[in-house]
Formats: sequence, C-alpha cells, structure tokens
Amino acid sequence: MNLKNVITEIERVDPEVYERLDTRRHTMKQFAGIAGKLALAAVPLALGGLFKKAYAGTKRVESVFDVLNFALTLEYLEAKFYQMGNAAAAGGTLAIPAGAPQTAIQTIGAHETAHVNFLKSAISAAGGTPVAEPVFDFSAGNGTGTGPFAAVFTNYALFLAVAQTFEDTGVRAYKGQAADPDLMANNTVLQAALQIHSVEARHAAHIRQMRKTNGGLVPAGVNVKPWITGKQSGIDSAAVQASYDGEEITTQAGVPIININGQVISSDAASEAFDEPLTKAQVLAIVDPFIVP
Amino acid sequence: MPEIIQSGSGTLLTNAERAAISRRRFLGYTGAAAAVVIGVSACKKDEDNNNDPNAIDLGSGDTGILNYAYALEQLEAAFYIKVLQTPYSGGAAAEMALMADIRDHEIAHREFFKNALGSNAIQALTPDFSSIDFTNRTAVLAAAKAFEDTGVSAYNGAGKLITTPAYLTLAGKIVSVEARHAAWIRDIISNGTFADNTVVNAMGLDVAADPPAVLLIANTYLVTKISGNNLPTS
Repeated sequence: MNLKNVITEIERVDPEVYERLDTRRHTMKQFAGIAGKLALAAVPLALGGLFKKAYAGTKRVESVFDVLNFALTLEYLEAKFYQMGNAAAAGGTLAIPAGAPQTAIQTIGAHETAHVNFLKSAISAAGGTPVAEPVFDFSAGNGTGTGPFAAVFTNYALFLAVAQTFEDTGVRAYKGQAADPDLMANNTVLQAALQIHSVEARHAAHIRQMRKTNGGLVPAGVNVKPWITGKQSGIDSAAVQASYDGEEITTQAGVPIININGQVISSDAASEAFDEPLTKAQVLAIVDPFIVP
Repeated sequence: MPEIIQSGSGTLLTNAERAAISRRRFLGYTGAAAAVVIGVSACKKDEDNNNDPNAIDLGSGDTGILNYAYALEQLEAAFYIKVLQTPYSGGAAAEMALMADIRDHEIAHREFFKNALGSNAIQALTPDFSSIDFTNRTAVLAAAKAFEDTGVSAYNGAGKLITTPAYLTLAGKIVSVEARHAAWIRDIISNGTFADNTVVNAMGLDVAADPPAVLLIANTYLVTKISGNNLPTS
C-alpha cells in the first residue's frame, strides 16, 4: 500500500456522504448540543457530530477528512512502532531498561494508540471513512526490511533515535496542518488537533532526555536537549535529516530573534524557541520509506 | 473566604499547592482534591475581578489574542529571569543550564510578540511572585510546572480564537516548545510524569483552557491585572 495513494483515495470521499450528512443533520445537531455533558469516552462521537454540523453539505468535509486521515496515518505509524518496541522489550530482544524507561515507552505507546482510536472514532462519527492501517517497515526500507534501521527492535539506542524522529516529525506535521483553512473553520476539530500536537511535543522532550541519559549521541559531544537546537538530531543517520531541516531558522514572521530588542538571545536559543512546521508533502516523503508499498 | 484553605486532612496547603489545586479545578478536573477547594474559585472571582476598572484590556480579535499570549510570555519570562537571578539551592549545573535555555526561549517569545504587535502591544506588566519561595527548589519547580502546563493549555484553547492563519502557525510554533518545557520540568520533579494523566486524558489529549480560566490564574501573579473581556469567544 502506498501512502500517497491512500491520501489520494481519501480525497475522493464517498459521494453519498453529503446525503447522509443532510438526513442526519438534525439528530447530530442535538447531539452536538449536549457534547459538554458527555463522558470522555463519548467525545470522539460528539466531535464527529459537531464536525458534521459544521460541514454538512459542504466541500470542506473532504478537506477535513483528508487532514484527519493524514494524522491517523502518522498515529498508526507511531502506535505500531511502540507496540512492537514494547513487545520486543517484553520478549527480551530489545533491551529497554526496566523501570522508568520501560514505563515511559509504554505510556507513550498508550497515548499513540489512544490517538489512533480517537481519530478513527471522530472520522467515523462524522460520516467519514478512516484510512486503513498501512503495513509498516520500521527499517525504513520500503518493505525490504533491510533499510538503515533494520536493527531498530534489537538496538535500544537506535530504537530511541527512531522514536525521537517520529515524535519530532509528528510535532511538525500537526503544526503544518493547523492553519489549514478548513481545519481553522472548525473549532472543535482544530482544538483536538492542537491537544494531540502538544502531547507529541511532551513525548519528544522525554525521548530526547532518554537519549541523553543513554548516551552514544552523534556527533560526539552533541548536546541533545528536550528542545531542538538548530537542525541537529544527534542521530548518526542521514535518513533522519529531513525531519530536522528547517528547524534552524532564527527569523519569525520577518522578526529576527537573535539578540532581539537588545536581549542576549543566542542563535541556538533563537532556533530552539520556535518549532517549525512541515508540509504534508514533506511529511509523506519522510514516512514513505516506513510504508510497505 | 479565608486566605488559607483547609484541606481534608487538616493540614494547611502551601501557596503552590493551592495554585496547583485551583488550577486543576479551573481546567476542569474533578475529584476529591478539587472538591475540597470548590469555594476557592468563587473566592478568586472576587479577588481577580475582570471588571476591575484599572485592569489592562488585552483588546479584541487577533490583536487581543496576541496580547493575551504576550501577557503570558511576559509572566513566564519574568519568572525564569528571577529563577536565574536568585537560583535555588540544589540545582545542578546541567539543570540550571536548561533553566537558562527556558528563560531565553520565553524572552524570545515575549520580545517577538512585542515586535509583532507594535503599537497594539499592551504595556510591560509588573509580576507579583510574592507567593513563590525562589530559594526552594521544590517550590520553584512546582510553579514552573504550573506556568508551563497553563501556557500549553492556554495556547491549545486560544488556537480556535485566531482568524489569521499565519498567527495560528506562530502560536503552534511556540506551544510545542512550551510543551517541551513542561515535559522536562515535570520529569525533573518526578521522572516519567512528562505526560501523566493530570494533563493527558484517556483519549490522549492535552489540556485546553479558554482565556477566562487562564487569566484567573495569570492575574494572581500580576500587580496590575489584565482583562480579557473583549477577547473573542469563538
């Protein structure tokens, strides 16, 4: 399965969707009205209701499904990655240290699985079709299993490096979609996307600290912090660089940040203070080697 | 309403604990701890009266939201400047180096908003950190955690109020850095709490808070209060 094709397919939303939206509009409107009183578990459904209310009968529904399915694909990638990592640790083939490291990877994995379920429920509740889960090749070998990360589930340092790349990329991917005009037009969906976005950033910060604790960062002497300095990854692989390129900028909206208004702000701090978005095309190119065509 | 709130166990809560608990209540968490201080929010409403005639008005529309962010960044920057000026004892060099990073990030955010807002910017705010014991690591980290988590929730809740796409992207560029700060602060308080269930719910979603809830907290740290009465609400 090719991810680009999947995205294209999703763009051709079921033509009957508009009809369904119209006939259910009244019910969903009522449902949306009580969203504030719903239990947590029912929120994706309520989200779908609001979403439907906002978009019923408009072309915008396609665009928002597109964004949500794009997000879902990334969450599938992350969720499966941690599921396999946790299984490998449990099976003794991946040496994630017992205690805090294993617990952290389990926590992060559980969040990614929750994101998958949330997005699938939200898309379905709005009358859309969640994209199917791709088959992944975590070696980044496009299905050959012999890519640069072939040892990802046997080498803990490599596992953390790939985890860091996924999390930092996830942050950039959500950020790149936030200003999508159709997402912006739907407060509920936009806010949910932002609420996932900051969780990915929390994950990224923690994984980066785990890497620092574990050591073996490349190049020698590099200081990986919870935030991204310049465009450095601390990872010995050109394969991840696209996830960091562009993070080094130090001008925001035309405002130079280095030593702004006479404050002592270094180039490093200026780049760290702002995370940068990636476009959908950039993200798809980054994850493409991880998808079995 | 008494200044000191009695907890269920009869012990007195510190200011930091009070702030943490009332913050949780403001953010919509329920439970035994919050139930104890249900009276606090009513009390705080009087304390932080949004109709204070002397309050600084953040303005309306996107300008108002940018000023809202500018106010929060002013508060955060001032807090970390103070942390580095009067360092608590027991902070290892590596820890203080990252604290200095955070300070610089918050100053960068503050100055960025100031320049971006130009003549629409609100004035420089005077913080009141009298409730924070800057000599005590535990107290400083608890306050830092509250500031960062509140900052994340504020940006998450304000995104939908922004109408200019470029501003939303800019807010997005900043909020993830605040979330990285929050995760690190939480981890040095207790490793593994970077995204625990006090901030990430069962669906994997972080907290989002609307301006009124956030301003209630922010105003407890300001000498001259700010008012979000003219901010957009949807």
